[in-house]
Amino acid sequence: MSADLLEKKVAPMANKRKRSGKEQFWLIFRYASLIFIWFLIVMPIYVLVVNSLKGIKDVYLVNAFDLPKSLDFSAWPVSWSGGEYFSAFSLGESMTRTLFFVVQSSIISAIIGSINGYIFAKWKFPGSNVVFTLFLFGMFIPYQAVMIPLVQLVTNMGINKSIYVLVMAHVIYGIPICTLIFRNYYASIPDELIEAGLVDKASRIRIYLSIILPLSLPAFVVVLIWQFTSAWNDFLFAIFLTGGSPKLAVATTTLNFITGSSNQVFYGLNMTASLIVSLPTLIVYIFLGRYFLRGLLSGALKG
Amino acid sequence: MALQSSKRVSTWIGGFLLVLPSIAAVAIFVYGMIAWTVRISMTDRISASVKEPKFVGLQNYTNLLSDTRFTHAFENLIKFTFVFIVGTTIAGFIMALLLEKGIKGEGFFRSFYLYPLAISFIAMGTVWNWLLNSNVDADAGGLNLLLQQVGLGFLQNSWYLSENGAAYALALPAIWQMAGYVLALFLAGFRGIPDDLREAARVDGASEAKIYRFVLFPQLTPTLFTVLIILGHVSMKVFDLIIGINGKSYVTQVVAVYMWESTFDQRNYAKGTAIAVVLLLLIALIIIPYLRWVIKQENENR
Repeated sequence: MSADLLEKKVAPMANKRKRSGKEQFWLIFRYASLIFIWFLIVMPIYVLVVNSLKGIKDVYLVNAFDLPKSLDFSAWPVSWSGGEYFSAFSLGESMTRTLFFVVQSSIISAIIGSINGYIFAKWKFPGSNVVFTLFLFGMFIPYQAVMIPLVQLVTNMGINKSIYVLVMAHVIYGIPICTLIFRNYYASIPDELIEAGLVDKASRIRIYLSIILPLSLPAFVVVLIWQFTSAWNDFLFAIFLTGGSPKLAVATTTLNFITGSSNQVFYGLNMTASLIVSLPTLIVYIFLGRYFLRGLLSGALKG
Repeated sequence: MALQSSKRVSTWIGGFLLVLPSIAAVAIFVYGMIAWTVRISMTDRISASVKEPKFVGLQNYTNLLSDTRFTHAFENLIKFTFVFIVGTTIAGFIMALLLEKGIKGEGFFRSFYLYPLAISFIAMGTVWNWLLNSNVDADAGGLNLLLQQVGLGFLQNSWYLSENGAAYALALPAIWQMAGYVLALFLAGFRGIPDDLREAARVDGASEAKIYRFVLFPQLTPTLFTVLIILGHVSMKVFDLIIGINGKSYVTQVVAVYMWESTFDQRNYAKGTAIAVVLLLLIALIIIPYLRWVIKQENENR
């Protein structure tokens, strides 16, 4: 797995001999560049954080980079509840609802992915490689190419205002990547383990449940995080399938929030709202970033 | 071999039945829906009032060619893609180059370089809207203010509001988000090169610069290929980023945004599906050869 390569230990300095002047120069140059890039990457989130601490009205473009004069958390509860500024919808409610459906769809996706992955890796049927390739192509398609019939379908069925439409969409269109991640993970499990089970007259399903599944935790974490992050951040399905209803998915709520429903735009609230909706995926990333990276590399077929 | 699919149905039928629901789902919701999209794109369903659409062949596609809004969106997409791919590849490669030998604090830098990938573009739209604000000099905020402060004030510009540079300006946030991805791919590429290669060149007395140029970089050609394909297909799909920063504004419209506008504002499903099919073809053009290449490699490694 490519992701393992990133964890490969590379000794910062192979031998302890004194560094030559040239080496010293390059080391300083590398650190200076790394720190410079660090600042560029952190800057947008820095702007979000400082401006979310300046209250509701004291936020102006010209002092975007300044630290708050005093810590003012007043924008936080207002962004969360909508309050008098955004009475039409509350970010908090939308986030809770989104969390609920995103967790559901991630769990369903992981279970389906695990079963499919086992079959494509260890229990192949005639033509399974072709089917798998067709799955893979489904991973890369622009969803615009399926969206209009999908909109017609859910509208005709009268379920276009339901959050379950989004659960189904994320589960179905998540099948390819989830299958891929599990299949690659299971491919690294030695065939001998399964052959031993077959010799003992265990059924394929028995082998899956008692040998393969207990080894699957890392792949489950990768898939759960991947599906969680992509469903949470999803905007395309949300805007098409729920008609952009601001009350359903968090991405559409956020868009309505930041484009402002009232005539006046309160930047302090915008910044705070953007930061709040980013927190769940950021927290997952901070604690489980390694697994997130594996999902990413799988997406490039480099898992 | 016990694990190879054998001719006896009883050995594989169980597995096949377990995947069957997924196969059906992908067949219907991916391939079936694509076929349906193609079908709508060949009818005259140009508004919600058309109740019984008639077949019109490729007319919607030929209409797109003369639709200046579409060609404008397409042009924007090309501009955006160019800056995005070049910028992200170079940025990610430099980051990988700085980290590949191992350096104290690598984990710290890497974690920060990758965090933008976890955040939604709709959420970051607010900040980029500010950072790319068009005010200059005394009224400036965002990047224009930063440029002034580091003495590069002459570089101030109106970013995504400028007449010709709008699509280029929006590549900046995209580079910010995706550079970490390229870093990860290249870093994995560097670390996959056997140490012996580097050692052997060193023993032969090659300079560090020469080792990179003649030993390491050629090994990274497949990685570069992957990077270009992935960035290319991501770029074709760009949508949230544009909406998050500048909404549906004409000046920054790309193909996916125009498709959305045609579908929802004009209820012109015929046009919407035709645009979607064009997008699909563009992506298929780069993804299908890539899939074939990946599968061939996988078979060789087996």
